Amino acid sequence: MKTFNYHTPKDIKEASKLASTSSAFLAGGMTSIPSMKLGLATYKDIIDIKHIKKLSGIKVSGKTVTIGATTKHAEVANSKDVKKAIPSLAKLAGGIGDAQVRNRGTVGGSIANNDPSACYPSACMALNAIIHTNNRKIEAAKFFKGMFETALKKGEIIEAVVFNIPDKSNYQKHPNPASRYAIVGVYLAKYKKEVNVAITGAKPVVYVDKDLSKALSNSFSVSAIDGIKLDSSEMNSDIHASGDFRASLVVTYAKKAVEAC
Amino acid sequence: MTKVTIEVNGKKVSKDVPDHTILSVFLRDNLNLTGTHVGCDTSQCGACVVHVDGKSIKSCSTLAADINGSKVTTIEGLVKDGKMHPMQEAFKKMHGLQCGFCTPGMVMSAIDLLQNKKNPNDTEIREWLEGNICRCTGYQNIVAAVKEAASKM
Ligand SMILES: Cc1cc2nc3c(=O)[nH]c(=O)nc-3n(C[C@H](O)[C@H](O)[C@H](O)COP(=O)(O)OP(=O)(O)OC[C@H]3O[C@@H](n4cnc5c(N)ncnc54)[C@H](O)[C@@H]3O)c2cc1C
Ligand code: FES
Ligand code: FES
Repeated sequence: MKTFNYHTPKDIKEASKLASTSSAFLAGGMTSIPSMKLGLATYKDIIDIKHIKKLSGIKVSGKTVTIGATTKHAEVANSKDVKKAIPSLAKLAGGIGDAQVRNRGTVGGSIANNDPSACYPSACMALNAIIHTNNRKIEAAKFFKGMFETALKKGEIIEAVVFNIPDKSNYQKHPNPASRYAIVGVYLAKYKKEVNVAITGAKPVVYVDKDLSKALSNSFSVSAIDGIKLDSSEMNSDIHASGDFRASLVVTYAKKAVEAC
Repeated sequence: MTKVTIEVNGKKVSKDVPDHTILSVFLRDNLNLTGTHVGCDTSQCGACVVHVDGKSIKSCSTLAADINGSKVTTIEGLVKDGKMHPMQEAFKKMHGLQCGFCTPGMVMSAIDLLQNKKNPNDTEIREWLEGNICRCTGYQNIVAAVKEAASKM
């Protein structure tokens, strides 16, 4: 790994000031450290944001669950408040990678990285999340731009993610047997007036499937989506699963999610 | 350079190291604690698992500077008064290892499991050890060892 300068700013202002075109923030390091070791990324400055107290913690109010950016997956998975307000979100966090990844990896790191097979982006999309940064509030739908690409600007820090508590929800994933990343992940959230079915792993970037969401908004039942055939032309195809297989998995796991609601 | 001051297996250590020093390197090269193994070096295999402030983490993907001020326990720190930890005893008794490369990570990870769940069933053990890869044993005896340790701890 190439050398860098390690910084531990005490507050968000200082962290943001340290940022440049050759810096990266360090949260759990579960993605950034291996990618630096593999030479996929090099930085002059590594800005560790874990010492900024304000960035960590879980708050549940009447309608929302707010998770601080540096809150670890294990904390979300074990939180009584999250389990009560949005059980599927705790389940998603508890199914990420393995125990050691969950003891370090963070929600902010996960969504800033925007891996096409990451779990959290699907929760953000389905639960109409608002991503709070040090400069602005970004709707999930406008945050995830493309493969490993987000709306974040240089030096912009995610402070927290605010999820809207649904009436019912569920997350189902077909995990890669080695890493547990989603080959396909389906996050379903049902609100009074709408149903959102967000899909990760299937395409280069997370998305809400309009056909499945509409069918389930009209009638919230397995039969409403039984037989739906999705267009596989834009789906990822790799050694793990072909595009056609992913298209079929999405519907299968969407049905499972409806059943589990 | 960063001054890293941590407590390792009950002893305070303080060293000046380059900022990019990884914890597994710090333990193995600076402190000569080579019980912590490095397999993949990129957070996939779990050979490098140690405890930081009581929780299991992968030391190959953690900066030494990042855990400044923490308490670290490695496989060497488990022996008390010349006696192996019950988890180590159980791995020996149930033949939970062959080459032994994955074993330090397995043992450290399994101890953290029992801190979270006293009497895990087979599925819970296998799920928890998801991040620990063993290319020798086929896992059966590892699961048996963890159960044996759970009955003793
Ligand atoms: C073996 C393994 C298995 C995994 N399995 C899964 C899985 O099943 N599902 C899944 O979803 N994920 C999985 N992951 C990813 C994991 O969930 C981590 O969340 C993810 O690696 C990034 O989080 P981090 O906190 O470690 O971020 P880091 O690696 O520290 O940072 C990643 C990137 O995000 C930026 N960043 C971090 N925090 C902020 C912030 N607050 N504001 C702005 N930018 C920020 C950093 O600058 C960096 O570019 C796995 C990882 C590993 C190593
Ligand atoms: S060496 Fe750390 S996980 Fe493989
Ligand atoms: S005993 Fe050889 S890798 Fe596990």
